[in-house]
Amino acid sequence: MREYTYTEKKDTRSGFGLGLLEIGRLNPDVVALCADLTGSLNMGAFRDEFPNRFFQVGIAEANMMGLAAGLTIGGKIPFTGTFANFSTGRVYDQIRQSIAYSNKNVKICASHAGITLGEDGATHQILEDIGMMRMLPHMTVVVPCDHNQTKAATLAVANYPGPVYLRFGRPKVPNFTDPSQPFEIGKAIILSEGSDASIFATGHLVWEAIEAGRELYKKGISAEIINIHTIKPLDIKSIIQSVSKTGCAVTAEEHQMNGGLGDAVSQVLAVSHPAPLELVAVNDRFGESGKPAELMKKYGLDASNIVQAVMRVLKRK
Amino acid sequence: MTDISQLKLMATQMRRDVVRMVYGAQSGHPGGPLGCAELFTALYFKVLNHSPENFSIDGKGEDLFFLSNGHLSAGWYSALARSGYFDTAELETFRRIDSRLQGHPATEEGLPGIRVASGSLGQGLSVACGAALSKKLNNDPGLVYCLMGDGEQQEGQIWEAAMFAPAKKIDNLIGIIDYNGQQIDGAVDDVMPLGNLKAKWEAFGWNVLEMQGNEMEDVLTVLGKARSFCGQGKPVLILMHTDMGHGVDFMSGTHEWHGKPPNDEQFEQAMSQLKETLGDY
Repeated sequence: MREYTYTEKKDTRSGFGLGLLEIGRLNPDVVALCADLTGSLNMGAFRDEFPNRFFQVGIAEANMMGLAAGLTIGGKIPFTGTFANFSTGRVYDQIRQSIAYSNKNVKICASHAGITLGEDGATHQILEDIGMMRMLPHMTVVVPCDHNQTKAATLAVANYPGPVYLRFGRPKVPNFTDPSQPFEIGKAIILSEGSDASIFATGHLVWEAIEAGRELYKKGISAEIINIHTIKPLDIKSIIQSVSKTGCAVTAEEHQMNGGLGDAVSQVLAVSHPAPLELVAVNDRFGESGKPAELMKKYGLDASNIVQAVMRVLKRK
Repeated sequence: MTDISQLKLMATQMRRDVVRMVYGAQSGHPGGPLGCAELFTALYFKVLNHSPENFSIDGKGEDLFFLSNGHLSAGWYSALARSGYFDTAELETFRRIDSRLQGHPATEEGLPGIRVASGSLGQGLSVACGAALSKKLNNDPGLVYCLMGDGEQQEGQIWEAAMFAPAKKIDNLIGIIDYNGQQIDGAVDDVMPLGNLKAKWEAFGWNVLEMQGNEMEDVLTVLGKARSFCGQGKPVLILMHTDMGHGVDFMSGTHEWHGKPPNDEQFEQAMSQLKETLGDY
């Protein structure tokens, strides 16, 4: 088990804010739009440095998606910013017609995804967004795991043509990835090689997977831990390679089982390489108010749940 | 094409194209485009600064047109083909398998002249606002036009865009409402009355003009006026009074022909009222 450490916990959304500012400096065609959540999305620095390229649209997300589609006409690269709930479900048809079907170069940047949004409760805790976005033809879906990787992903999506959904969160999570590591869309990252079971994790559950791997190692189980930061296009080759070696897999994500990473990996394995699989995800229910760590525990998404899922899947080999 | 009698002949030919396309496909929406033939003609043969033979999605330096009420596709396709974006022979493929002329306009098949998909209503004005902002950022003097339906005014997103454009002083934008008073289920006044549409748009901060959409002279005058109002800090909105189904007596002034094709007999009747003027496709 390869060891990972971190010096501090940081929120992924501030990684987005830094990335947006940096890409704004590098590329004058980058513009940003926000629906009254500039502070929450950390878009203030971009706004202050590039006031002419920042559009405050008010609480009007449908309009924001249309505006973004229109801004691409003439060569702009719009980044929209609002919570994940308002970035997807609220504006699904706008994204579908004006952005995805029209294949517009819009970067939909979604913060506060999942139950770890916390106290605001289920109205704001979207757990269906990955599913909705990965169902759309032309759409790319990126879910970085920590602050550094979110910054790198923000830079990478700007240079990746076509519509992209970039999902990140609210809470401070361990910041452990190498800030100098370039972000390659569609290429899974093997964090630790192993031989007994593959753990495919996305978002901040990658850290939970690392902690689970450590626990499993103590039990004499060798887990291969892979960061699936791009849900679509999925790195099918890396998934099959890993499962060919380990013979079973666990997926981990802060999302519904329906439609998420687990669903995507199930499809790959069922079609190309049948093997036992267990899913760590929310099982067909809405979230609720609470502190992020409490919710992760209650909804079965933390490291101990990943350990249990690995123990279950090993028995099915 | 500058001569007004020529423009009128073109409008009649476009109407004929629309009915022939919908009849040929036995599917589509004849009523709306019949009412907008003067507008399509005026824009594509007189008003727009555009380059049909050299189409690009970005349209830098050009005027852009967006059709928010995408079900008027037959009329738009006729205008695009006849002004040189693609061969008029392709109009025959309207709504058929493997065609670039989808039921509602799309970019997926690469049909020249179309910059965004439309059909699910209420989205076009937002896209047009974005394109107008893009032009401003690029110091591009081109104007952006967007046609909407009157029934479409019932969509909430229209009013988000209506609020946005004046707030951001988007004054290179001309919105046009096809004010024919009809929608699928009946008269707009019966389905969901719009109230005083002029006062509503004025209250949102738009410069509102009215136009007789089936009178070519008035269409040219008002479009010229709208252009002259651009660059003065406010977006422009034209309430275009039209007769849905104009040019075919039994299709005129009713919602019945919103989305149905004529049968053989009705087709012959329509063709006898819309004489071939500039050559059928």
